[in-house]
Amino acid sequence: MKKWLQFLVVMTSITATSALLASGGFSDNGARQMPAVANAKWKAECSGCHMLYHPGLLPERSWHKMMAGLDKHFGENASLDQATRDEIAKFLALNSADKQDNRRSNRINQSIPAATTPLRISETRYFTSKHDEIAASTFKRKSIGSAANCAACHQAAEKGDFSESQIKIPR
Amino acid sequence: MRSAFLIMALLLSSQAYAATPSALLKQYELQAKQENAAFAGFSAAKGERFFHAERLHSDGKKVSCATCHTADPRNPGKTRASKVIDAMAVNVNPQRLSDEAKVEKWFGRNCKDVLERHCTAQEKGDFISYLLSIK
Ligand code: HEC
Ligand code: HEC
Ligand code: HEC
Repeated sequence: MKKWLQFLVVMTSITATSALLASGGFSDNGARQMPAVANAKWKAECSGCHMLYHPGLLPERSWHKMMAGLDKHFGENASLDQATRDEIAKFLALNSADKQDNRRSNRINQSIPAATTPLRISETRYFTSKHDEIAASTFKRKSIGSAANCAACHQAAEKGDFSESQIKIPR
Repeated sequence: MRSAFLIMALLLSSQAYAATPSALLKQYELQAKQENAAFAGFSAAKGERFFHAERLHSDGKKVSCATCHTADPRNPGKTRASKVIDAMAVNVNPQRLSDEAKVEKWFGRNCKDVLERHCTAQEKGDFISYLLSIK
């Protein structure tokens, strides 16, 4: 029994440390882009239907609400088994916009009124202010589909990099 | 010690189970026999019709499996959120039907999405037979 406990303690601390490292730890103060994050379940389960959205794009309460309603996820059923759901929810919360210290996440977070819990990044004021020069018809292009398809225009969107050098609007 | 075993079991059960298409078919066959005593085998032709059959969803839109996977399972498809779906035919994409949990998860979602109910084991087996029959 003792050995098992030791094993568990070691495993838990390894996971916790890597999560801390993955979230950028404390060293990313004011970085321009979002830090690299990784979680195998998140990557596998949240990229089947669309690009992988960086957790730093929404505050914790948004992810919490989204993960509590996966059976009715934007008109689709994205439900998961309990263990997988819980692991992903924890990962998203830990790396959410209000837990990050990069400029992008901070500004997204500041643009969301405290009393609201948006489920779409594309409906935050930060998003609309950055894209006010793009016509609605551009988002509807076959090669893009909707504003939610960040990766169609932002080549490095899945890495949380939205810098201008990485933008190319497809025809 | 009991709890240690429990933890091991939990760790293991959260892992994806590898499978082969023929092992999957065997499982669906067992289930199909339970669902229907007159079960008479799977049919790729029925699977093909199932894949293409358009249905009026209660939201007013016409849907079929081909809506996302395209009419030809050798071609890549597209989700509603504009992401490319790799080809479904196992000959073109050997990754397909190799993970039981993944197959069951997507049958669960997509059958509800298209048929607004679960698929029967017969339908699943027919569909897999169709995917395997495509050269
Ligand atoms: C079964 C398909 C499916 C799965 C699986 C899925 N999603 Fe979605 N998701 C959608 C659809 C459809 C939309 C709406 C896309 C659109 O408007 O173009 C969407 C939209 C979103 C948006 C809003 C994007 C925006 O700003 O407009 C977020 C965030 C999101 N999903 C997160 C997730 C997360 C996290 C997971 C994993 C737990 C996940 N999704 C899994 C289908 C899915
Ligand atoms: C139709 C193409 C297109 C789509 C889709 C799109 N963007 Fe953009 N985005 C742009 C363009 C173009 C700019 C630059 C606007 C400018 O500088 O005037 C931009 C700017 C940005 C910026 C600011 C960059 C900076 O450094 O100032 C962020 C952040 C951003 N987008 C995030 C997103 C997110 C998140 C999504 C998906 C939810 C998304 N974008 C979807 C085209 C797009
Ligand atoms: C709304 C879009 C959509 C519709 C409609 C749809 N699918 Fe899918 N299907 C997907 C997506 C997305 C995946 C995941 C693809 C991936 O991970 O590569 C998938 C995966 C699958 C898989 C898993 C294959 C594997 O082993 O990787 C099966 C089986 C499947 N679909 C069957 C069906 C059947 C049967 C129907 C019709 C009843 C159907 N699908 C309709 C979007 C759809």
